[in-house]
Amino acid sequence: MTETIIEATEIVKVLGEGAGRVDALKGIDLTLVGGELTLLMGPSGSGKTTLLSVLGCMMSPTSGTVRIRGRSTTGLSPEALAAVRRENIGFVFQSYHLFPTLTAAENVRLALDVRGDRSPRARIKADEALATVGLAHKANAFPRELSGGEQQRVAVARAIVGDASVILADEPTAALDSENGQGVMTMLAEIAKSPARALFIVTHDPRIMPFADRILRIEDGRIVGDQRGSEGAGTVHALKFAS
Amino acid sequence: MTLILTLASRNLFHDRVRLIATVVGIVFSIVLVTVQLGVFVSFERMITMMIDHAHADLWIAPTETKSFEGSSLLGGRERFQALAIRGVAEVVPVVVGYASWRKPSGGAATPVFLVGTPTGSSGLQPWNVVEGSLGDLSMPDAVAIDKSYFEQLGVAGIGGNAEVNDQKARVVAFTKGIRSFTTTPNVFTSLERARAYLGLAPAKANYFIVRLAPNADTAAVRRELAATLADAEVLTSEEFRSRSRSFWLSDTGAGAALLGSAILGIIVGTVIVAQTLYSSTKDHLKEFATLRAIGSSRRYILTVILGQALISAVIGFSVAASIGLLLVKATTDAALPVVMTPELTLGLFVLTVVMCSIAAVSAIRVVTRIDPATVFAQ
Repeated sequence: MTETIIEATEIVKVLGEGAGRVDALKGIDLTLVGGELTLLMGPSGSGKTTLLSVLGCMMSPTSGTVRIRGRSTTGLSPEALAAVRRENIGFVFQSYHLFPTLTAAENVRLALDVRGDRSPRARIKADEALATVGLAHKANAFPRELSGGEQQRVAVARAIVGDASVILADEPTAALDSENGQGVMTMLAEIAKSPARALFIVTHDPRIMPFADRILRIEDGRIVGDQRGSEGAGTVHALKFAS
Repeated sequence: MTLILTLASRNLFHDRVRLIATVVGIVFSIVLVTVQLGVFVSFERMITMMIDHAHADLWIAPTETKSFEGSSLLGGRERFQALAIRGVAEVVPVVVGYASWRKPSGGAATPVFLVGTPTGSSGLQPWNVVEGSLGDLSMPDAVAIDKSYFEQLGVAGIGGNAEVNDQKARVVAFTKGIRSFTTTPNVFTSLERARAYLGLAPAKANYFIVRLAPNADTAAVRRELAATLADAEVLTSEEFRSRSRSFWLSDTGAGAALLGSAILGIIVGTVIVAQTLYSSTKDHLKEFATLRAIGSSRRYILTVILGQALISAVIGFSVAASIGLLLVKATTDAALPVVMTPELTLGLFVLTVVMCSIAAVSAIRVVTRIDPATVFAQ
């Protein structure tokens, strides 16, 4: 049985006020389950990043509820939301956001360090995460010594090292060439196979559609399409959007 | 090293130019504070040097005496009145006053500060005698001066002659390290010679050092002395020190000037460090936002920034303390040497840490406002 990781109900997000008011999200209902790689696609300004921020507990919705593994995040303080993030969510960013002064292994270990895990085991976990993304041999390399694809793999290792129940990725292949993008997506699809973990990827990149179990399409702050592949990852690209 | 400290130190060392600017700011500030406070401590010690070395149980001083150097005269009866009080073992007269020293080679006279007590007594005898002996002060016209004043007083060594207030003086002993905080050299002599040089009548004195019998009740003796002596004050050594310090450091404004410069140094250092930490934090804002996004607490981020501040403090203080020690050595024989005590060194380190921590406030204000969602826009 698949586990519900994130459940978002009637999410509304209003940005700005007065003449600058923007209704970024207009009542979104969404459930992310373990073992599933979900893509969110849509034009610029459609609300993709806002939804990602709300699901990632970086931004509180104007109304509606987000539950992470059954726990509501409504009304939590910024510190409590940070705690939810570090315990449950791994992030992969478009431009990697690695720390230039830390090695690959240290960058990965940072995700454990912010949780207070400074045990010798943390080093082993970081090395294992790097091995998972095929970069065990680059553990002591600094980001400047890595290619774009390698840097994104380190970012993925950082996202998975703490056994996050959901990985939220923002355009993870946008800065990569075709070959590296393919490599990163293959790795993320593999990670998504864990039934205890959901993957949610915001993207413009149609090349990664074959990796999705589910594709959501957002327009003007509303989900306008929700496709699932009947045969698992790699089949959804053949489907057409509902709306 | 923990990852937090690794991150803090690498952030610092990543931009060496900025690190150098930070360290220079701290060094500039702490050296300035070291010099000012070192001179302040030195000044404070010199002010009370005579009182400290008298080892008096009580002092009988003219009413309204403001400092050791500036007192009027006591008639002399006070000595006998004091000796009549139960518990008083000894009362030693001390004569002090400014006089004119004329070098044997001629030329302009030099002002000196005369200190006279009975030779062979337990009064205020010169200390740190490096050549000659205290006993020689009982010889006619004998005086003792500090080695550091040889040139100023035109004396080459033992046996050197001069005139004090147009009367003969002969150097029979010299000391090391008894320097005045003014430019006026101290000249020790016998009580009789001091009275003669200063033109005082016999029995007159500026102070009487009171030594108590064993097991005497100091407070009770003091009360009785105060009740007996109409035109004199009875002070403990600590009260006399405090009064002298207050006069020279507060009333003259010298202390305020030294402390003012020290405070200015701290302010300048804080501003420089704050500026460099602030700009460093602004440069690493993306990384701090990432830290926040991946779930770090505010405390974690503050620890990184404070770690940077503390590492800067340790580096800056180490350099500043080294320069401070060189200054201490270089000014050993100066009129007002820079003094470094273990307490002052520890205090300066704490001050450096506090200064850098305060300087980190502006950087902390920046990071506490970080919106983690900004990482998606970059």
